[in-house]
Amino acid sequence: MTLDQATIDKLAEHVEDAELNRQEIVKITDDYPDMDWEDAYAIQYAIRARKEARGTRIAGLKMGLTSRAKMKQMGVEQPVYGFLTDYGACPEGGEIDASRFIHPRVEAEVAVVTNKTLRGPGCHIGAVLAAIDIVLPAVEIIDSRYKDFRFDLKSVVADNTSAAGYVVGGRSARPIDLDLPTLGVVMEKNGEIVELGAGAAVLGHPAASVAMLANMMAARGEEIPAGTFIMTGGITAAVGVAAGDNINVRYQDLGSLGFRFV
Amino acid sequence: MDQDKIRAYGDELYEALRKQQMVEPITAREPSITIEDAYAISQRILDRRIADGERVIGKKIGVTSRAVQSMLDVFQPDFGFLTDAMVFNSGEELPISEQLIQPRAEGEIAFILERDLQGPGVTAAEVLAATRGIMPCYEIVDSRIRDWKIRIQDTVADNASCGLFVLGDALVSPQDVDLTTCGMMLEKNGEIVATGAGAAALGSPVNAVAWLANTLGAYGIGLEAGEVILSGSLAALIPVRAGDCMNMRIGGIGSAWVRFV
Repeated sequence: MTLDQATIDKLAEHVEDAELNRQEIVKITDDYPDMDWEDAYAIQYAIRARKEARGTRIAGLKMGLTSRAKMKQMGVEQPVYGFLTDYGACPEGGEIDASRFIHPRVEAEVAVVTNKTLRGPGCHIGAVLAAIDIVLPAVEIIDSRYKDFRFDLKSVVADNTSAAGYVVGGRSARPIDLDLPTLGVVMEKNGEIVELGAGAAVLGHPAASVAMLANMMAARGEEIPAGTFIMTGGITAAVGVAAGDNINVRYQDLGSLGFRFV
Repeated sequence: MDQDKIRAYGDELYEALRKQQMVEPITAREPSITIEDAYAISQRILDRRIADGERVIGKKIGVTSRAVQSMLDVFQPDFGFLTDAMVFNSGEELPISEQLIQPRAEGEIAFILERDLQGPGVTAAEVLAATRGIMPCYEIVDSRIRDWKIRIQDTVADNASCGLFVLGDALVSPQDVDLTTCGMMLEKNGEIVATGAGAAALGSPVNAVAWLANTLGAYGIGLEAGEVILSGSLAALIPVRAGDCMNMRIGGIGSAWVRFV
């Protein structure tokens, strides 16, 4: 840690205000270049505490930067994680008010709900597969609070890894009935295929992403309780959206989901 | 383009193929070359290969995915011929250093036909009904044109940049797989280098095969029972060289493994 508690609290307020007021800010490492990973997560957890104090329920966890190619690009060995809020839930098949966001982007993912505690270190794919109750099709709406998407990874972690909203589809499946690395997704925007990929884009296996989440949280002395909803990380690249855009995503063995921005 | 020129370019590309040599883009030398001319050149190469004793065992469609289209800056599909000299099975060593020039690997879905398909007018439904099964497949594309500096006429003339292909470990019924959402993971030397899904090939590999049947139909050529039809890459092209290993798996279909020597 390089920052004191007062600074952490101040930055948490600053970054959360940007989210709540939909106002872009410059990346916080500009003013605090020595900030480390612990500081970054401390700010994220302070934002989480601010929300909970206000009555927001934490609806789940999310993984970010789960593409190995992107990790290499950013020069890091680990992905990042954040939390999901109750108010971030957006209805499948419904309308989403684009003005809730600054510059929203969507990415297709698979989400899971666990039914056993996951505890690192040493959490592995086998433990995760045994702890997944259901797998669901999902889309994450990310919305960096940083101006023009100019940020570094520590600023992103402080900003709750750009988490803003999520949409979950209605067809779930048991993990034993799926081959998650080859589970294909096809994303259409306004009727045109814009992105496609398969589960292996997420750290080789979406369950590996959950294992890594448990192991990263263990470093803070935390575990993932049974019943946790987890977005495992983007299978596709993030696609920019605006009012008027219609998004439809098809998933192998998991049906499809759609929504539109108004 | 007159017949002599078509023959000469066909012979030049045939020699380049056999000697593993690159030639300058034909479009740089013949700016007015049409797609028809280019297919005629490709036919000349095929005639030479058949004269050498090779046999046509299938057809391929190329330039179907947005990823490949933008990589090549070519925005329409094309077709080429597959011969018995090009086919390998999963697990076999692929002698690219002895046969290819600047190879790149694509992961795709191969169709094995049970019935003939004669265009024009072939629909996606007819393609599905005529398909005995589908297989995971690598196409190892290669260009005889220097540094892959190809325009659509160059790749068409060069047998749609076909090199070799490798069929995977399973044949499954197209009725058992959603061909648009089936996902593909592609590993090179143990690292995931690309993922994709069936829809990358013209929205569906079935559409790609229908396109091929109808396009070939215009030339009086049919897709024949027993033939292998490569339906187009599901992700970006991956450059490969001797010593590389690749593994791929397509959800609901199977996998294919290859080592390049």
